[in-house]
Amino acid sequence: MAIHPREQRIILKYADEPGYTPDIDCYVRHGGYEMLKKAVGMDKQTICDEVKNSQLRGRGGAGFPAGVKWSFVDRKSGKPVYMVCNCDESEPGTFKDRQIVHKDPHQLIEGIMISCFATDCAKAFIYIREEMPEGAKILEQAIKEAKEKNFVGDDILGSGYSCEIVVHRGAAAYICGEETGLIESLEGKRANPRIKPPYFPAALGLYMCPTIVNNVETLCNVKHILEMGAEEYAKIGRPNNTGTRIWCVSGGVKRPGYYEVAGITLGELVYDICGGPKEGRTIKAIIPGGSSMKILKNGERFKGKDRDGNEYDWGIEDIPLDYDGIAAAGSMSGSGGMMVLDDSVEIPVALANLMAFYSHESCGQCTPCREGSLWLKKITTRMVHGEARPEDVDLLRSVADQIEGRTICAFGFAVAWPVQSYLDKFEDEFREFAQRHSHLGGDRTAAKELACNH
Amino acid sequence: MEEKDNLITVNIDGHDLQVPAGTNMVDAAAILRKEIPHYCYHPKLSIAGNCRMCLVELGMPGRDRATGEPMLNEDGSPKIMWMPGPAIACGTKAAPGMHIKTDSPKALESREAITEFLLINHPLDCPICDQAGECALQEFSSKHGRGYSRFIEEKNVKPKRTRLGPRVTLDDERCVLCSRCVRFCDEIVNDSVLGFTDRGSYSTLTCFPGKELANNYSLNTVDICPVGALTSTDFRFKMRVWFLTEINHIDFETSVGANTVVSAREGKIYRVTPRRNDEVNDTWMTDSGRELYKTVEAEDRLTACSVAGDETAATEAIVKASEILQKGKTAIVGSGQCSVEEQFALKALAKSLDAVSVNLVARYGEDDGILMSVDRNPNVRGALMTGLIDTLPEERLEDLGSKIDSGEVTIVLSVKEDLTEAGLSEEQLSKVDIVYLGTHRNATSEKADVVLAGLTQFEKSGTVINQQFRIQKFNRVVPGPRGCIEDLHALSTIAANFSDEKFPSTVGSIWKQLAGENRQFSELSFQSLSDQGQVLDSSAFEYLPFREGKSLHFEPKRESVAAE
Repeated sequence: MAIHPREQRIILKYADEPGYTPDIDCYVRHGGYEMLKKAVGMDKQTICDEVKNSQLRGRGGAGFPAGVKWSFVDRKSGKPVYMVCNCDESEPGTFKDRQIVHKDPHQLIEGIMISCFATDCAKAFIYIREEMPEGAKILEQAIKEAKEKNFVGDDILGSGYSCEIVVHRGAAAYICGEETGLIESLEGKRANPRIKPPYFPAALGLYMCPTIVNNVETLCNVKHILEMGAEEYAKIGRPNNTGTRIWCVSGGVKRPGYYEVAGITLGELVYDICGGPKEGRTIKAIIPGGSSMKILKNGERFKGKDRDGNEYDWGIEDIPLDYDGIAAAGSMSGSGGMMVLDDSVEIPVALANLMAFYSHESCGQCTPCREGSLWLKKITTRMVHGEARPEDVDLLRSVADQIEGRTICAFGFAVAWPVQSYLDKFEDEFREFAQRHSHLGGDRTAAKELACNH
Repeated sequence: MEEKDNLITVNIDGHDLQVPAGTNMVDAAAILRKEIPHYCYHPKLSIAGNCRMCLVELGMPGRDRATGEPMLNEDGSPKIMWMPGPAIACGTKAAPGMHIKTDSPKALESREAITEFLLINHPLDCPICDQAGECALQEFSSKHGRGYSRFIEEKNVKPKRTRLGPRVTLDDERCVLCSRCVRFCDEIVNDSVLGFTDRGSYSTLTCFPGKELANNYSLNTVDICPVGALTSTDFRFKMRVWFLTEINHIDFETSVGANTVVSAREGKIYRVTPRRNDEVNDTWMTDSGRELYKTVEAEDRLTACSVAGDETAATEAIVKASEILQKGKTAIVGSGQCSVEEQFALKALAKSLDAVSVNLVARYGEDDGILMSVDRNPNVRGALMTGLIDTLPEERLEDLGSKIDSGEVTIVLSVKEDLTEAGLSEEQLSKVDIVYLGTHRNATSEKADVVLAGLTQFEKSGTVINQQFRIQKFNRVVPGPRGCIEDLHALSTIAANFSDEKFPSTVGSIWKQLAGENRQFSELSFQSLSDQGQVLDSSAFEYLPFREGKSLHFEPKRESVAAE
């Protein structure tokens, strides 16, 4: 894929370069593992401080500052500390980690090893989703190569520090992307997320030991922070939103794909880089950060005051494309999986599709999510099957409200937010849809599509 | 409120309460008689936090971020920072200054939401469900439910009658997936056989492939199941629970003395379930202990007294027994299955008969570290405490055998014990006259000159003393068969025939005498003894090498382990 001139590629700098291969020689030729060599000569705390000062935020979804996360690790327990790289990338619309794993695996391994060294981890695990079988093979091969060169394994580069990396394949469950669900799965159990308190990974994680769980992209960034220095790194993007982010754009745009950018607006990404809507179409709405995030409606005005007290009044295209910008617009940047819905999409059908996904992926552990998600699916499916009732619109909202905030993990939000936000912003369309499909024999196309997909 | 040692103050719905730090907030609220409804929480299992029924509002005293100083309201009271979302009370441990609201609109809304969710795929088959009447879902639906349904979709379909094991049948549609049964098997019995298959609302409780729920504690899963999903195959569809009278009892299976509740209707027992005693059996009991009620109506039950094989009235049998015993040279075989009161009466009888010997028959088995102890008699300690015996019993009555052989003993009074099983030969038995007081036919009752048909533990009241020297009482559940005589009454009447004194013949009256004669019992009475029992001073018996292993709340003394 050609690199767009507006992109600012750091993580994916070489990934799409012609002739760049995932083997270690190619990586080393491009300056690979130099930072690991530097790191093992550094004071561990200095590296941690650098990461903290860089203001690097997690790229997996919640956007928690990585350096702060590292500092939470319970060092008093005397137990080994584990590093888990979350490569479950299961949020619909997200395909960035896949690029790194497939095209530049050694960058991830270097990032992991620097992070492990800095946080003194005893062992690292890469939890990779079942749907990336090729990625798992590539990582296995890369780890083998790195071990041969002593970048991984015993006494790394003569530093006295030893650390192995284990690649663990999931079994295709969305919930394994939730860090405590992932840990359960890694332990060989059913991936039921744990209750917090008390099972915060930093204290009681993998095998009840302190554990750091970081996303693939986050760990790769560590290498570049070390390379640039925290201060330089923090200059990329806006304060508190430092570094580049890889956005995965799908749906109704001319040039869908992944783009590594920093400091631009949503409009610049969607219109300038992705080419705007397809011919003859207009953009109806954008889901900014993976399918669970709240939808942004085109034509809506996003108003408020930022942290410094400055008022803002944005159209959808003006929203700064970063954590705080999208949060100010009432949604979240999540995992960077941006879905663009054009005017060909019926919002209730999109919701039915999503509910089919989330009810299928609910782990079933806690009541509101387990029962609520399937209920939402049953209502929305019935609606698109031509059996909608006028009261369904209010019922959908009520069910979503009953789920939100009452579950063990964030999945409850993931299932409630789309319903709430779609209804907030497209209530008229839902009511009209319910009216139009309120008798059998209505438009069955959407229903058939759904049936094919699920 | 002033803070006492080890106690911290929490605030529940505006009421201050002092509890030890770390107390579970569901339990803390219960102290104030506030019920926080829950399904998955169980005081003896790990916290799962999955049912979400116990959601409450939670707040902590605020601290200024910059200074770390406590934040105060205008009136000087600590400012409480309430969490934006509800928190599970079961996963919340009491911390200083913690505030919770259990009955705020937010908390009540949560309960209503959870109740609705639990009911949408529930079959609502209460009219034919065994749990009805003692079902948490039923109770909370009535208390916290909407009262109407908004669910018009088709309900999920799941397996209706899965055999999980020899004693447990599962109705998956009723299951609320609280995982209590799974945790019980994992944590208490260490027999991981249960788990969930499928995901989301289709999650289904099941046994692992090739496994079954067959351990001796499997029926506890039925007890702790908050709904009618796990059912006892024995009790299933037998009786509506609200017709049952529940009587506190003690398990006679072993020296552990698990506390139980026996449920009966119109003279018939339907089930035995555990009763909570945190010092003895927590909330558990064995499956095998639950089966004991079946001895009441067993085919080999003695339902009438007899003399020389002919049925007689109890009074005549007692007269005949007294005649035989009067002849002298009597050996008494008592039992660790008898109550303290019976053992006391038997001791009095032994004294007035000037018995040649008094023996008990020991029963030992393999212990399981939980509620099955090595000593399979429920009340050997009672025989020691009453002075009926002063050494530990043997499994075989070899000493008695040689006394019979030598002619030293010519009459044997056996209470509840089968002499053949205890090692006496047919030849030895034919040499002596036998008076047998027992509940079931056996080789001894067949040979006995007089058979006094006694009562099972379910048909009488009394006390037993367990391995911890804890005296515990049990109460009569059902009346015995008409031809039977209460053991204590039989023993007292015979004793009275040999003594000038009037000997008490009821549990209540015997306690007066017991308390008078034995310092250990002086402060006690049957009436005042609490349902949790009372530990007696066992120092007088420390020298005895009791054969016991570890059980749930019992550690054998080192000396006795060494003696093994």
